[in-house]
Amino acid sequence: MLEYINIFYVIFKRDLTLTFREKTDFINSLAFFIIIVLLFPLTFGSKSELLNTIIPGIIWISALLATCLSLETIFRSDFEDGSIEQLVLNRYPLILLVSAKILAHWITFGIPIIVISLTLGVILSLSNEIMMALFITLILGTPILSLLGSVMAVLTMGLHGSMLLSILILPLSMPVLIFSTIAIQNASLGLPIVAETYFLAGILILAITLAPIAAASALRIRLS
Amino acid sequence: MYKWIHQFGSPKYFYDISVRLSKWIAIVCAISFIGGLYGGLVLAPADYQQGDSFRIIYLHVPAAWMSLFVYLVIAFSGAVSLIWHIKITDIIARASAPIGASFTFLALVTGAIWGKPMWGTYWVWDARLTSELILLFLYLGYIALQSAFSDKRIAARAGAILVLIGVINIPIIHYSVEWWSTLHQGPTISKLDKPSIHLTMLIPLLLMVLAFKTFYITTLLIRARSEILEYEYNSSWVKKYVIK
Amino acid sequence: MNIILRGLKNMSLNDFFSMGGYAVYVWSAYGISFIVLFLNIILAIRNEYKTLNEIKKRLQNNKK
Repeated sequence: MLEYINIFYVIFKRDLTLTFREKTDFINSLAFFIIIVLLFPLTFGSKSELLNTIIPGIIWISALLATCLSLETIFRSDFEDGSIEQLVLNRYPLILLVSAKILAHWITFGIPIIVISLTLGVILSLSNEIMMALFITLILGTPILSLLGSVMAVLTMGLHGSMLLSILILPLSMPVLIFSTIAIQNASLGLPIVAETYFLAGILILAITLAPIAAASALRIRLS
Repeated sequence: MYKWIHQFGSPKYFYDISVRLSKWIAIVCAISFIGGLYGGLVLAPADYQQGDSFRIIYLHVPAAWMSLFVYLVIAFSGAVSLIWHIKITDIIARASAPIGASFTFLALVTGAIWGKPMWGTYWVWDARLTSELILLFLYLGYIALQSAFSDKRIAARAGAILVLIGVINIPIIHYSVEWWSTLHQGPTISKLDKPSIHLTMLIPLLLMVLAFKTFYITTLLIRARSEILEYEYNSSWVKKYVIK
Repeated sequence: MNIILRGLKNMSLNDFFSMGGYAVYVWSAYGISFIVLFLNIILAIRNEYKTLNEIKKRLQNNKK
């Protein structure tokens, strides 16, 4: 057991160091996210009532698109230099390896997205209720995107282009997007967001249970 | 049971059966199509609310049912090929995808055309239409993933994982869309929830459902046959079959 | 049987084509559906012939 925790930690740390050492992908996907969010006030004008209603949705859509971009890199370098086969060949369960990578992705991508979103929310002067709903939906929703997306990333790794990855991820992440935006809209009207929060939490638990298994078996198929 | 699965899973066996069966299924398909069309377009009386425009139901409902059914078939055969590594289920899954996608497309198009006289616009963000649209995207993703691989075995098994995730996701998608659409436009008038549908309207509908189902099986068998030949072109039975 | 014949008698060709004013919608829906279904079956059959011919060619080449 201790050995498993140890190997999990080793892979997790390895991914973190790799991400922070080769900063370009990491910075690019976050920059992409910020640019998309800021494009909208520029095109729709700076009237704050309008922004209050559309910015949270825009933050969510941008987060989704940026996830698609960033997920392409999660297995790419490991696949290209062959180190993924080394990891697969050792005797540790694949689920461990995959979940360590997913957790690392969420830490290096999901958490910055949440922080940036809240900062942008403050800058664009969103109301407190909306900020709260945005925070809750993002903290429940971004791990779902990382989990779901990592399975698709394994399925498409080494295939040409990130277009395919986006086509696979976007329809499947529709429920997350819908529940999150409903929650934010409810919050802006002063309504409770308990129901949507429960739905998101339920999807998250489902994703935590199933996505690592799916990603592990996808990895086995891809490397067979 | 296992023996049966392996026998059924052998491509030659499947090929023989499909050659023998497909003619009869095609005949059933043609008869039920003609019967359903005649009953639906001629015999069934015009609906007292929707007039003759309700006759689109005879295309829309079977297409929508089949779109989901075919997706479930793909998911089921995907699960079978992941567990037992059977070649024939790979072939069934791959051959089903374009047919399922076209059923989904038809359900969307006929729904939109039906929506024009009923709702006044072609497109309404109705829960059913929206989830049907997402289903179409799921199909397109599956087809895109299939064509991205050069190795068909890997393509089939990767596709199986994708479709299984999709199957878990479909109820969630449907529920979320329903949740969303009731919030946005209040309760919509549901067009099919009539308490009783008259028998002269119902029988053609059932015939059309049968016609769509047999159409699916016929096309599936034809597509599967050419896939099998491609897979097995080196084996002796294919050589015998082709030379004959 | 009676019902089926009665349907034919009561129906005038004009009524059938005008569809109570909904002709555009009904016939376009049916038209598109038949085109799509027809394409499905035709493409499948063509595909089968193509594969058969390819394999035949391959086998003949091998014999030579």
